[in-house]
Amino acid sequence: MKRILVGIKRVVDYNVRIRIKPDGSGVLTDGVKMSVNPFDEIALEEALRIKERGAAEEVVVVTVGPADCQPQLRTCLAMGADRALHVQTDTALEPLATAGVLRSLIEREQPFLVLLGKQAIDDDNGQTGQMLAALWDRPQATFASKIELTEEKARVTREVDAGLETLEIDLPAVVTVDLRLNEPRYVKLPDIMKAKKKPLETLTLESLGVTPRTQLKTLRHEPPAQRSKGVRVNDAAELLAALKQKGLL
Amino acid sequence: MSQNILIVAEHDGRTLSVATAKCVACAATVPDAALTVVVCAADTATLSQQAAALAGVGTVLTVEHPVHAHPLAAAIAPQIAALAGPYTHVFGPSSTFGKDLMPRIAALLKTVQVSDIMAIESATRFRRPIYAGNAIITVEVLDGAQVVGTVRTASFQPAAAGGSARIEAASPLIEPPSHTRFVSVSAARSDRPDLQTAARVVSGGRALGSAENFQLLYGLADTLGAAVGASRAAVDAGYAPNELQVGQTGKIIAPELYIAIGISGAIQHLTGIKDARTIVAINKDPDAPIFEIADFGLVGDLFEIVPQLQKLLG
Ligand SMILES: Cc1cc2nc3c(=O)[nH]c(=O)nc-3n(C[C@H](O)[C@H](O)[C@H](O)COP(=O)(O)OP(=O)(O)OC[C@H]3O[C@@H](n4cnc5c(N)ncnc54)[C@H](O)[C@@H]3O)c2cc1C
Repeated sequence: MKRILVGIKRVVDYNVRIRIKPDGSGVLTDGVKMSVNPFDEIALEEALRIKERGAAEEVVVVTVGPADCQPQLRTCLAMGADRALHVQTDTALEPLATAGVLRSLIEREQPFLVLLGKQAIDDDNGQTGQMLAALWDRPQATFASKIELTEEKARVTREVDAGLETLEIDLPAVVTVDLRLNEPRYVKLPDIMKAKKKPLETLTLESLGVTPRTQLKTLRHEPPAQRSKGVRVNDAAELLAALKQKGLL
Repeated sequence: MSQNILIVAEHDGRTLSVATAKCVACAATVPDAALTVVVCAADTATLSQQAAALAGVGTVLTVEHPVHAHPLAAAIAPQIAALAGPYTHVFGPSSTFGKDLMPRIAALLKTVQVSDIMAIESATRFRRPIYAGNAIITVEVLDGAQVVGTVRTASFQPAAAGGSARIEAASPLIEPPSHTRFVSVSAARSDRPDLQTAARVVSGGRALGSAENFQLLYGLADTLGAAVGASRAAVDAGYAPNELQVGQTGKIIAPELYIAIGISGAIQHLTGIKDARTIVAINKDPDAPIFEIADFGLVGDLFEIVPQLQKLLG
């Protein structure tokens, strides 16, 4: 079966202005809206479009995280994924450990393509896809804004600092996606109903033979330095005068 | 214990990027550290000279191989991993080059990566932004693990010139993988200042309304000797090319002067400009969030104000 594996993460919704706990031990998440990481949603959308074009037969979504990730997996099933895998753990895994989990799932699922978001908008690490490609010893194409597939190859356009770069990679491979790849579809109510019947399998780290290592400890969270509030100027002339006075012109 | 830091050079085949000089400056703040820069390129002759001239660098390692004519992570990562043994830290810039490459190196080394290092507190303790810069965390690398890091370049000034490092050739150890092939890059080369290093940036948002209108900003930028930037909305709408995007998923910049024109100031955009020395906002909505962080705010229609500025600047 030609299968695409899509990794997703449950994160604080991108519209939420996060607040730091008074003791600096973390970010307040109680009662905060949670969503599928926006980049991962784009990865899933791309997988669905590839399947709809007939270039894949099955789309499997996977997440690694605590029990409350299941609503996000259901959202992915409602978008159109065929089945979901939930590797359930209460330990927050580091990217290398998450990549290790995905690596063992590749053994099981044998995908020809693994699609992930280029970064999660909570930790902003941007590591998992590249780490997975390294552990799998397969090609990577990060920050994709266009993916063209042929039988055994993919041509991927990447958003890089210089502009747009195109790579050709042999499949199977890992591709991480950027915002301009596509616009994810909206989920419709009947799809949500249908998604309830789709398979969602729960797995444990032990069953996959993964023992996560912890190599990093977060000591404290702080708010960023605040910029002091500035002044209003009334017109273009006043603006230029102010900039001159500051020695900026 | 003394530290031994390997810095992966970023370059375009001819010139070392400023980001590399900033990585060197960052690494130099690790106490008691020896710094080595490794240059992987098809031709390393001039690049290695440039690296050797950076203040603080003790050694430059060169790896010459035709595959390194283009920066392919799949080819560079195994090479760096093979050289990384003696080093306590391996650093690269938090540019698309480093973001692509460094995690692949970390995984080959089976070690941890600290992304977007904005300050170094000790050899094992680092500060970095999360949640699009809305929180700053301090992290500690445990159990003497080797540290792979990307350096948030907007947080550092480039290392000065004046170094005279020893240059050594390292033999290309690895037969590079053939599964990843470079096809092309559409570098929109321009004679304007580079967005990432420019002292002044004029940036436009959705309000510009079209690619033609966006040309207004190029005119103003040229008068000011400024680089041009854009919000994601302006890029998505096709008014400006993707390499001009500023923000969480675009470029993080720290110019002396940033002029935001018709940009609302979404948190993802502000992430990219927090380190700018002076921010100017021009927006017709007096309640636009951009005014909360602007040093100088001007409420009004950009289509009137920009031509006025042009005229006054002569
Ligand atoms: C995961 C994620 C990542 C993102 N990353 C980025 C990023 O890297 N960079 C980024 O910029 N955005 C990013 N965004 C998008 C961001 O949330 C905003 O949607 C975007 O920045 C809005 O762009 P804008 O300010 O140009 O448009 P708008 O928000 O539409 O603002 C337009 C502004 O122009 C003003 N205006 C209109 N007409 C005029 C006129 N004639 N004269 C003067 N002012 C006028 C309006 O008052 C308004 O404030 C990201 C979003 C997500 C979800």
